[in-house]
Amino acid sequence: MTTTSDHTLAELCIAAASEAWRGDGEILASGLGLVPRLAAGLARLTFSPDLQMTDAECMFVAEPVPVGKRPAGYRMPVEGWLPFRKVFELLWSGRRHAMTMPTQIDRFGQINISYIGGEFAKPKIQLLGVRGIPGNTINHPCSFFVQDHSKRSFVERVDMVSGCGYDPARWPAGTKRDFHDLRLVVTNLAVLDFGGPDHAMRLRSVHPGVTVEQVEAATSFPLVKAADVVETPAPTAEQLEIIRTVLDPQNTRASVFK
Amino acid sequence: MADKRRTAAEVVAELRDGMTIGIGGWGARRKPMALVREILRSPLRDLTVVAYGGPDVGLLCAAGKVRKLVFGFVSLDLIPLDPHFRAARQAGSIAVMELDEGMIQWGLRAAMLRLPFLPTRAGLATDVERLHPELTTVVSPYADGERLLAMPALKLDAALVHVDYADARGNAQILGPDPYFDDMFCGAAAKRYVSCERIVETSAFADQGCVHTLVLDRGMVDAVVEAPLGAHPTSCTPQYGIDLEHLKAYCAATTPEAWADYRARFVDVDDAAYVAAVGGADRVRVIPAPIF
Repeated sequence: MTTTSDHTLAELCIAAASEAWRGDGEILASGLGLVPRLAAGLARLTFSPDLQMTDAECMFVAEPVPVGKRPAGYRMPVEGWLPFRKVFELLWSGRRHAMTMPTQIDRFGQINISYIGGEFAKPKIQLLGVRGIPGNTINHPCSFFVQDHSKRSFVERVDMVSGCGYDPARWPAGTKRDFHDLRLVVTNLAVLDFGGPDHAMRLRSVHPGVTVEQVEAATSFPLVKAADVVETPAPTAEQLEIIRTVLDPQNTRASVFK
Repeated sequence: MADKRRTAAEVVAELRDGMTIGIGGWGARRKPMALVREILRSPLRDLTVVAYGGPDVGLLCAAGKVRKLVFGFVSLDLIPLDPHFRAARQAGSIAVMELDEGMIQWGLRAAMLRLPFLPTRAGLATDVERLHPELTTVVSPYADGERLLAMPALKLDAALVHVDYADARGNAQILGPDPYFDDMFCGAAAKRYVSCERIVETSAFADQGCVHTLVLDRGMVDAVVEAPLGAHPTSCTPQYGIDLEHLKAYCAATTPEAWADYRARFVDVDDAAYVAAVGGADRVRVIPAPIF
């Protein structure tokens, strides 16, 4: 994949994805998957210092936990307890912004991690199941990272709506939409949001070397384009230093875009 | 004072075809695997299984024990997908109720509290709502008039959970960092079966951990089974971690021949032979806690 002279595509995506948590204050930043996790840690160590982090199991940690093999004597910087029962209380109360990695995403921001092809009673390819995605998407801000932006991942309609989106037909009168808040979509090609008319997905920036036409050709539905589709900013020297020496010193991120 | 000590075989003999069985733990963590393997060795069939699924669900699917699965995911944690569960789904051989993770604990909590349902927003505006005609909504009777999903009580005929220590009367201690929803599984069930690493004197609990580790009281437990390494190949932190090597062998057993071989080596054997087949207790007890 594309590499500029001084940073990799993974590092560009991590920096771009960290922007999801800018201005979030003192809530739990959950990054599920390697790039989202590193992005959450980067946001915490730069512009959003009050973000809460976890060890990806059941503890709050005062500092992001580096990925990869832990050095001898590593001591988890535990600052609190977060068993799963408390996770649901926390996320249903809205004190979280999660970034996950959907297998499919559609024009409404509906996402699928359940199955691909076939039908519900007999899927062609069974994936994880909806997990906590229905509860996440209706209760707190959610962002997404898609590693392979293509017509297979950016689909007209997802095969199963695991996470709710902006399809008005899905929201009968009386259904509370106030907490449904899809923020950012970062891919290997571009950065998008839901700032178009009626929350239509909108292209905000393309990564260096990628054209708007390439993004459109890799998307199965029409994209709204921001007034000024810019180039995704390169990570700063400070960001690269944090990613490389603090968050991922063993360069686990090299495995993202093989 | 009732002595609730039983063998795994005695517990499974109390189960019946068609029962709804809840299984505690989470993914590849603290699953009552010794009890699950006992079910595999029994003639039980047509079970409805409610679980935060891991290899417990995969094994029951592979052995054809499951009629219906109530789940939010099935994952081996360190290996994202369980091939045996996937095979059952892709063959269309099990019925499913696919719920948000939070809805499951909400349904268990409703059953525990003897309520018909508990309201939630989780599931609304997704296919969880659309694909399950058995789920319905309620309108808040208050001024807000909000439409909410009425998560029905998930009543269980039996619950199976695995803990670190229990006494003969059914008090149980969980030393791991997360009790998951084992108390709610027991609370939602007519019969509550607890396997444990070791049955101890009641007075020994205080030496093992603080009072917060005493998660199950004896009024929530009908039988206690001593099953050392009874969560293997899932973790029972701090006793032992997830046996990734064994899970890889489990995942590889997907052809009929490989499954028959796996079953002969790891299921149709007694506890001593099982422990020997997985490399011995000394090997399992030093498997480190998983890193997520």
